[in-house]
Amino acid sequence: MNDGSVHMKNLVKTYLDEHGNPSFTAVKGINLDIKDGEFMVLVGPSGCGKSTTLRMLAGLESISGGTISIGERVVNNVHPKDRGIAMVFQNYALYPHMTIFDNMAFGLKLAKKPKEFIKESVTKTAKTLGLEKMLERKPGALSGGQRQRVALGRAIVRDPKVFLFDEPLSNLDAKMRVHMRSEISRLHTQMTTTMVYVTHDQIEAMTMGDRICVMRDGSIMQVADPLTLYRQPDNIFVAGFIGSPPMNLLKGKVHKVDSGLGFVEDAQENALTIPLRGKLEKLATKYVGKPIIFGIRPEHLSDQVSDPDHVPVTAAIEISEPMGSESIVYFKAGTGNLIARVPGEHLYHPGERLTVQLNMEKVHLFDGETENVIK
Amino acid sequence: MEETKLSKWLFGILAWLVAIIIFFPIFIMMITAFKNEREAQSLSLIFLPTLESFFEVFARSNYLKYVWNSMLASIGSTLLCFLLAIPAAYRMAFYPTKKTQSTLVWMLSTKMMPAVGVLIPIYILAQTFGVLDNIVGLIIIYALINLPIAVWMSYTYFCEIPGAILEAARIDGATIWGELWHVLRPMTVPGLASTALLLIILSWNEAFWSLNLTSVNAAPLPVFIASYSSPEGLFWAKLSAASFLAVAPIMVLGWMTQKQLVRGLTFGAVK
Repeated sequence: MNDGSVHMKNLVKTYLDEHGNPSFTAVKGINLDIKDGEFMVLVGPSGCGKSTTLRMLAGLESISGGTISIGERVVNNVHPKDRGIAMVFQNYALYPHMTIFDNMAFGLKLAKKPKEFIKESVTKTAKTLGLEKMLERKPGALSGGQRQRVALGRAIVRDPKVFLFDEPLSNLDAKMRVHMRSEISRLHTQMTTTMVYVTHDQIEAMTMGDRICVMRDGSIMQVADPLTLYRQPDNIFVAGFIGSPPMNLLKGKVHKVDSGLGFVEDAQENALTIPLRGKLEKLATKYVGKPIIFGIRPEHLSDQVSDPDHVPVTAAIEISEPMGSESIVYFKAGTGNLIARVPGEHLYHPGERLTVQLNMEKVHLFDGETENVIK
Repeated sequence: MEETKLSKWLFGILAWLVAIIIFFPIFIMMITAFKNEREAQSLSLIFLPTLESFFEVFARSNYLKYVWNSMLASIGSTLLCFLLAIPAAYRMAFYPTKKTQSTLVWMLSTKMMPAVGVLIPIYILAQTFGVLDNIVGLIIIYALINLPIAVWMSYTYFCEIPGAILEAARIDGATIWGELWHVLRPMTVPGLASTALLLIILSWNEAFWSLNLTSVNAAPLPVFIASYSSPEGLFWAKLSAASFLAVAPIMVLGWMTQKQLVRGLTFGAVK
């Protein structure tokens, strides 16, 4: 009965110009199934359509094509207040002329719920968020973090089937952001309600989501749990988006090298040549002479290990960023930078030559034309 | 150091000078109202104040009827104006299109045309609909001529409201009227109040249409004053007394609400 699952089928959003002709398609026919009680994160760069998708789910934006269902029920033409949703906005969107109590009670008052019920619900929610002493104040007298908690409280009071979050932490300072991240995660564990969370921050996505939907230009690039996205990206967009610093993506071709195949970078200078053995050799056989992209994460370039699974690469350091417990080291490679996360407190200098070992078990090969992973 | 003190002084004196020049005719009118006809011929500041001109004015015409008509016309037209302006401003502020700005500018441009240019068509229309010398006709005309200002000012106040607050209200269950009443109204009431004051003052002082479209029944105060500029000759004292009676109510209102008026008139200046 309380099914908070969400199903989007061929969902499209097209904006029309003043003559009624389609001018821009923000969401290009996406299909997404969110399980009841799941924390689903929609992540992607600005303009990828994640907010538009969320707003269509909320009923704040009309749907140009396809359907959205909450539970069994198609909600395309259902008013936001009847969809069983609640939303937390980026700028909190609190009612500045009402007290905190009235802000949280507003929805219930409009629904003509009895006074005692309203008082009980609001005070109970205020207590769980630590707001019980501020109920008579107005939003203007509260800090950013407190206001965000009020926005959260306003949503909780509605007892929705689906919580919607539109980049709620973007306006907070870094420290408050970390704090609120764990508050929201804790809320999800306590309430077991479906939560759909939009952010452009991949760290928020990775730390909070049960599953993450990576979007780009109105389409879904991949939907999976955080670890799968990290370990098995379907394409170079996801590979480069998840992980900081991002995965090294080198452009080149497969050539016959020595006793097997190798990846040769497409560059005039500093071109790397990396032999492909075993599993990688098998994947590369279909691509001899064809363009591929060689991907390896900075954390899989080590300066310590040396074994048959690792291929050494020696190059000159361009920049080094000491982070304390490790250094982010930038080498100049043929078609871009080769970034390595080198553990330890050693201070590296530009111009120094360093040998790093590439962990070949963790290499990803992508088709140079389709940008999809080679499996 | 001395230079800035001097320039402050100079600007201060200049400001006072301008204020005195602007206020001077009103001041003369006010003191002339308290003179009798003979003394009114001169501009002398020394005189024996008397209320005889006021008594004559009250005896000669029904002052209260004119006040009542002015009030009806001002307040009625302002209400009608808002009824039309607020939905328009709401749509333009929260759902703007490419044509929104040009529509707003076009609306304002209609105020640039001299009223006399449409005197004849409007007169004929008023006659056809039977609203000549009828307060309803005046209310409609005043509402229409003030509409551009009302839309513009409401639009600017609405633009200050973040759209997300209205969306939050929508999710909380408000219909579009609910959004206007529960959220927009409380947040924009100070701005809309200053706009309303401005419109009331503009309608109260409006002299062109009131003189042309009314005569006896619906005549507001400008007609009352004009009736003292008669072919019999100018009776300065009575004219001043009549003017004083016409202007006094609105001056009191303006004085009491000067803070809101200033805020309303400078809305665009401080951004």
